[in-house]
Amino acid sequence: MALLGLLEREPRHGYDLKRDYDTVFGRGRPLPFGQVYSTLGRLARDGKVLVGPAEPGDGPERKRYVITEQGVTELEAWLREPVEAEPHLQTVLFVKVVLALMSDRSAESYLDAQRAAHLRRMRELTELKRTGGLVDGILADHGLFHLEADLRWIDMTSARLDALAKAVRP
Amino acid sequence: MSGGTGAGAGGGPLIEARHVSLSFGPTPALRGASLTVAAGEILAVMGPSGSGKSTLLHCLAGILTPDSGEIHFAGRRLDTLRENERGALRRDRFGFVFQFGQLVPELTAEENVALPLLLNGVRRARALAEARPWFDRLDLAGTQSRRSGELSGGQAQRVALARALVARPDVLFADEPTGALDSLTGENVMNLLVSEARDQGTTVILVTHAPRVAAYADREVVVRDGTVTSYEPAPAAS
Repeated sequence: MALLGLLEREPRHGYDLKRDYDTVFGRGRPLPFGQVYSTLGRLARDGKVLVGPAEPGDGPERKRYVITEQGVTELEAWLREPVEAEPHLQTVLFVKVVLALMSDRSAESYLDAQRAAHLRRMRELTELKRTGGLVDGILADHGLFHLEADLRWIDMTSARLDALAKAVRP
Repeated sequence: MSGGTGAGAGGGPLIEARHVSLSFGPTPALRGASLTVAAGEILAVMGPSGSGKSTLLHCLAGILTPDSGEIHFAGRRLDTLRENERGALRRDRFGFVFQFGQLVPELTAEENVALPLLLNGVRRARALAEARPWFDRLDLAGTQSRRSGELSGGQAQRVALARALVARPDVLFADEPTGALDSLTGENVMNLLVSEARDQGTTVILVTHAPRVAAYADREVVVRDGTVTSYEPAPAAS
């Protein structure tokens, strides 16, 4: 869907589209060419993009991709739709805490170690914000707020470990 | 448990608390808290409300005197100094930023910034001249002649930051400096605080319960039940 969004701005060749993606969203994790072309192929099959004729030029086949009316409609719908409000990491943290308590291990020291790891990452992201541009900063903010939410959960859980231990121990 | 290491540039820490205890009536606030802070370090002191973190800051700054234990600053014992000596140290070497209500409402922003210099006997014209550049540095241009009631929360906090830094202190003590500000304004204040501290090599002791604020520090310690600990797992052997 990100590719479709980039394509909406103007018709692009696959190569340019990949470059756009890497610049805006890649952040050190460039999109493999194969994935770009397979995604574009799927979008074309589903009627969300049109593929222009092959153009002369060096290197790989150069085709221009254009978003269709249907593509725009779907993009708009996707852009409006909230992502399922489920924290991902929480599940792992929760499993570790419960397993630690069930097996009489120290959940407290695990939670402290997790706090330290979260704060380390928050320091890195904060430094990125301080020294980087606005785009990096906005992206870092997303990470920071999620980490902060985890830390709140860690604090609350930490304060209720005794009660939780009673609830989960056989 | 030790709150961490951190040797100063000269080898020793700039500030150190050794087994500091302090009670308010029957209520113990600190119970053997130990901490070392290196010169130029930005340290976050975290912990839940009532854990004793602000009390620890006040002891380190010589505002409160511990019942037992020692506070050392730049190789000198601070807790046994007479009050007037500690007052002089606080004026000459320390700067302070708190959460609320720090500006003198009768004074203009410029006079507020110049206040530590005036209290140190610097002549008025010179003190105001030294205060002036801070208004550009902290994005406060045009607010020089306003009184605290005419400043936004973020502006007032930046004026307070300028005042804390104008005398170029060795240590900046900041207690929840963004606690009364919205996120974006708070971030702006923290960015300026950290940039200025780094530029001047100021040591910062930052008390906060907020991870986002603590993330501006080089490291964090946590005060729990009146002692200083770390979230980091203890090393296997020392």
